[in-house]
Amino acid sequence: MCLAVPGRVLDIAERDGTRMATVDFGGVQKEVCLEYLPDLRVGEYAIVHVGFALQRLDEESAKQTLELFAELGMLQEEFGDPWELAAGPDEGAGE
Amino acid sequence: MKYIDEFQDPALARRLLDEIHATVTRPWALMEVCGGQTHTIIRHGIDQLLPDQVELIHGPGCPVCVTPLEVIDKALEIASRPGVIFCSFGDMLRVPGTGRDLFRVRSEGGDVRVVYSPLDALTIARQNPDREVVFFGIGFETTAPPNAMTVHQAKKLGIRNFSLLVSHVRVPPAIEAIMLSPSCRVQGFLAAGHVCSVMGVAEYPELAARHRVPIVVTGFEPLDILEGVRRTVRQLERGEHTVENAYARAVRPEGNPAALAMLADVFEVTDRAWRGIGVIPGSGWRLADRYREFDAEHRFQVTGITTQEPAECRSGEVLQGLLKPNECAAFGTVCTPRTPLGATMVSSEGACAAYYLYRRLDLQAAPAAPTTPLEASPVG
Repeated sequence: MCLAVPGRVLDIAERDGTRMATVDFGGVQKEVCLEYLPDLRVGEYAIVHVGFALQRLDEESAKQTLELFAELGMLQEEFGDPWELAAGPDEGAGE
Repeated sequence: MKYIDEFQDPALARRLLDEIHATVTRPWALMEVCGGQTHTIIRHGIDQLLPDQVELIHGPGCPVCVTPLEVIDKALEIASRPGVIFCSFGDMLRVPGTGRDLFRVRSEGGDVRVVYSPLDALTIARQNPDREVVFFGIGFETTAPPNAMTVHQAKKLGIRNFSLLVSHVRVPPAIEAIMLSPSCRVQGFLAAGHVCSVMGVAEYPELAARHRVPIVVTGFEPLDILEGVRRTVRQLERGEHTVENAYARAVRPEGNPAALAMLADVFEVTDRAWRGIGVIPGSGWRLADRYREFDAEHRFQVTGITTQEPAECRSGEVLQGLLKPNECAAFGTVCTPRTPLGATMVSSEGACAAYYLYRRLDLQAAPAAPTTPLEASPVG
């Protein structure tokens, strides 16, 4: 019940004095209230819960997070295991 | 960027797991607060991929599970009245009250309707001016703003046949209660990401400092959980206890200011009983006096309710992280999602339902060690 999911805004309109949007959730579309995110724009993603957009999803920080994950352990991969390197410069070469 | 598949990538999960394995030197017990996180963990087997030293304790963050029996019984009483249309999120319908549930009320002729959003209940009220429409307003800080907006709209539009049965709960006082419990084993928290999307992180630094416990705001996809664990374990290994945000794409430090303003207008903080746990001071919201006419408890004057929990249900200990679901003798035998003894077996976020759905074939009911339940304050 408490689950909130990312959705993409397809269109925005005023209905009964309330700012509403049609939001796409991977093929399923729902009417969503934008009163808590009035500056959300068509094409943007937001966290939606029980018919309300609660927070905009920030693409830049999503990319940064994924890049951070991709870099984990990279230094070790690039330069090799320090113990192995210390044992002899030619070991592990020629792979 | 679709914000889902990218955060389920197995190759990146491997990197995060390797990093966690390389960091851990000692046993640590972490609690994921939110039931949505529990489901991700059990569904993807994340607890089994982590080093043996890292234990995940499942927290009380399932609103359906912690809604007190007395409130469920009030809902059943109101929903049974002629002229009432009782609207609720779907997973409340099978939650057992004393002797029956909302499904039973519906089969006995009550007009009980499942809605997707509280605004749908308001629409039903406008379409049925001669009926009383009640919405069952439960949930954490994520659900409270939608319900607050709905009551605000009802007042603004003068829709007088609408009311809210309120049982909202707040996360920070629950963390406080868990840390104060004599049998607390939790050393770090994965805080509920979507609660923080609304509330921001301002409530947590003081808690982290006073209890010397790391609190890492964590999302709901497998990579989010692993990143929450990685950061919490890193802090524990370094002897640190600060608040970190591992869910920056959906959580700003200040939260959602428009939602916070609406919460402050519509609700006020109150003591609240949690099912299976007891009263936690300041852990809930009720309607503020200026919205009292929209309070279903006030409108329907439901009194004289005597509650009775089934004796064999140990969901209170599960909710406090003292017992794993499969350690309960009733798990998967007398207690299943079709015949639940407690709400933790009903809700899509309940720990018992998660274990039943994804683990029951791997698990055998294990006898539980005796536990000391959390010290609950007397009701009232």
